[in-house]
Amino acid sequence: MRSTLSMLRVAVCLVFALTLLAGVVFPAVLWGIAQAAFPSRANGSLVVQGGHVIGSRLIGQAFIGAGYFHPRPSAAGTGYDGLASGGSNLGPTNQKLIRNVGEALAAYRAENALPANADVPVDAVTGSGSGLDPEISIDNARLQAPRVARVRGLAPSLVAAMIDAHTENPSLGVFGEPGVNVLMLNLALDSAAPAGLQTRAR
Amino acid sequence: MLPRNVVQYGVFVLIVALLVKPTGVYLERVFSGKRTMLDPVLRRVEQAIYRIAGIRIDAEMDALTYALAVILFGFVGTLLLYLLLRIQRIWPVGPNASTLATPMSPDLALNTSISFSTATTWQAYAGETTMKYVSQAIGLAAQNVLAGATGLAIGIAFIRGFARRKTPTLGNFWVDVTRAVLWVMLPLALVGSVLLVWQGVPMNFSPYTHATSLEGAAQIIPQGPVAGLTFVESLGTNGGGFFNANNAHPYQNPTGLSNLLEMLAVTVVPAALTYTFGRMVGRQRAGWVLFAVMLVLFIAGVAVCDWAERRGNPAVAAMHAIGGNMEGKEVRLGIGGSVLAAAVTSNGATGAYNAMHDSFMPLGVLIPLSNMLLGEMIFGGLGTGLYSIIMVALVGLFLAGLMIGRTPEYLGKKIGPTELKLVMLYTLAYPIVIVFLTALAVRTHAGLAGLTTNAGTHGYIEILYAYTSSAANNGQSMAGLSANSAFYNLTTALAMLVGRFFLAIPALLLAGRLAMQGRRTTTPGTLPSDTATVGAVTIGAAILIGALCFFPFLALGPILEHFSLLRP
Repeated sequence: MRSTLSMLRVAVCLVFALTLLAGVVFPAVLWGIAQAAFPSRANGSLVVQGGHVIGSRLIGQAFIGAGYFHPRPSAAGTGYDGLASGGSNLGPTNQKLIRNVGEALAAYRAENALPANADVPVDAVTGSGSGLDPEISIDNARLQAPRVARVRGLAPSLVAAMIDAHTENPSLGVFGEPGVNVLMLNLALDSAAPAGLQTRAR
Repeated sequence: MLPRNVVQYGVFVLIVALLVKPTGVYLERVFSGKRTMLDPVLRRVEQAIYRIAGIRIDAEMDALTYALAVILFGFVGTLLLYLLLRIQRIWPVGPNASTLATPMSPDLALNTSISFSTATTWQAYAGETTMKYVSQAIGLAAQNVLAGATGLAIGIAFIRGFARRKTPTLGNFWVDVTRAVLWVMLPLALVGSVLLVWQGVPMNFSPYTHATSLEGAAQIIPQGPVAGLTFVESLGTNGGGFFNANNAHPYQNPTGLSNLLEMLAVTVVPAALTYTFGRMVGRQRAGWVLFAVMLVLFIAGVAVCDWAERRGNPAVAAMHAIGGNMEGKEVRLGIGGSVLAAAVTSNGATGAYNAMHDSFMPLGVLIPLSNMLLGEMIFGGLGTGLYSIIMVALVGLFLAGLMIGRTPEYLGKKIGPTELKLVMLYTLAYPIVIVFLTALAVRTHAGLAGLTTNAGTHGYIEILYAYTSSAANNGQSMAGLSANSAFYNLTTALAMLVGRFFLAIPALLLAGRLAMQGRRTTTPGTLPSDTATVGAVTIGAAILIGALCFFPFLALGPILEHFSLLRP
């Protein structure tokens, strides 16, 4: 019994000492290095325009105007709620999933003037795991490009070039998949032809 | 040219294989007290800790004392975390109270503290609306390190059981756990976490950002010391994420490279322990055989999961949505990065998934579920994976020995009746807790009340997955299950405690008995311990135990759902 008590004393001291190292010293050192070496990334890769934060390069946002590229469906809150990350968690046999995909497909085909049975990249009609996916697939962006070009009065070739410019390739060529960053692409569109807000008002 | 996802799997396996030897050698040096290049800095810190805590470096412990030390260390860690969580509202920095929508109730705090201190990190809450930054750093990040180090120490003590001869002791837990933190966890965590920040993972203590989008919509973006938690959760094979979406969240996993780093953090040290094992018992080939078994089962699992997910949902494909199953997956990671993470995290006792397993195809989710049901012996949890696979190998060798009428032995250690009882206690504790708790949940209102998203077969899979994951000390969930209720908080906590201590204690006691034996000389009649035959016997035993215990449960779950998918 006495030896158990003395072991408990050791355990208390050791847990406190190691917690101090792993829970206080380690985060503090990491914070110092991160803020010194990568200040923008360490602070959330925020995108600032005219002194206002318009979002983060890494966090997806809802876009509804016809002059903008649209992100994937989102299950985070009512859509791209930064405080409610998560997926739909609907199982593959859940009829609600099938219904959601069907509705998303109909809406996607209608807004992009596609024929009723046109193939659509699956990422355009399914929700991501985080509900905050900042990217869409290249095929998805290309299907939306004619609509955006038409609304903004831009040459389709220019919009295509902008998609290429905002495509992020897989790390080292093999890790992950290529994707187009929706916020950065829309930001570039606004500076090329500032038509976004008027379109939304219409 | 091979498809990108296949290349990705191949390169990952290659990197792990190349790192096994150097990491394994390093681990052996650290835990044998030999010189390493980090000594000039760390020796002084180590000495200071021993002085404060009153630890005598040369005081060896027998198996029972070692187990008691593990329990006391875990108990104090649990208590500290519980207190930190209950009083978290007093801390100044971090999100203000209005965004913390989930109350830290006593049962949630208890579940969370047991969950983190058993390296399970089952999370019944969403980090961004529950936790203050101080809870995430001092509470959760520290326990990620400490619980991971505890597992590593147990693994090393287990190896000593095979390596030592006629010795009543297994080492000193206090020294092992301290070295695990100082020489393994913290240096790797620092390097890995800085690399993650470079890839875009935030590391700040700022309040949440209020953004106004180009269309004028408001968005609140959470911030915090994300990088401080994200790498250690994988390294300690815990997996308790900063955010609800865990590694699917772009702040935790911004690129394909960050995904690779997180997967390596889970896999490399547990894989390298096979080399450490071979080196410490003086039979290097025996270590490679264990690694080869892990590799074969790992690749088989990835292949099936990849096939199921790329094939996708027939009901979705029928509507001409092309590209496999992307529900619950991120574009930047793709099916390849998500399948790899599903295999790695389910094998590696790590809850840090990067895609929603609830939305995987039935045969896609069968793989992570089976990996956990097999006892996480494929690389496995930090330290725990090694004894998991050896326990299975011992069952296999016992069966093989019965068939040819020889006394089962492994590496010159005789597996007698008492040793075998400990192996069986270990092997049976795990299915019993999973099976009984699943049955309890599907027969009670409190259990069925958790099925808020999916029902029927899929709902049953969610419940089975929850108890498997908590008993396996994994912590990943099929998140459609609403698990923050008193019923689930208490029953999963029970499963986590059984999964941690009913496995670690028999493993330590077995090691203690083996250490007391001498080493039997090899005769022509001895079953070899380091040949492909042993590897095949181990795989056979794993499949046999898994199938005998769990096949009916899988048949009623993923397999049934698969066939119902084919006939809408």
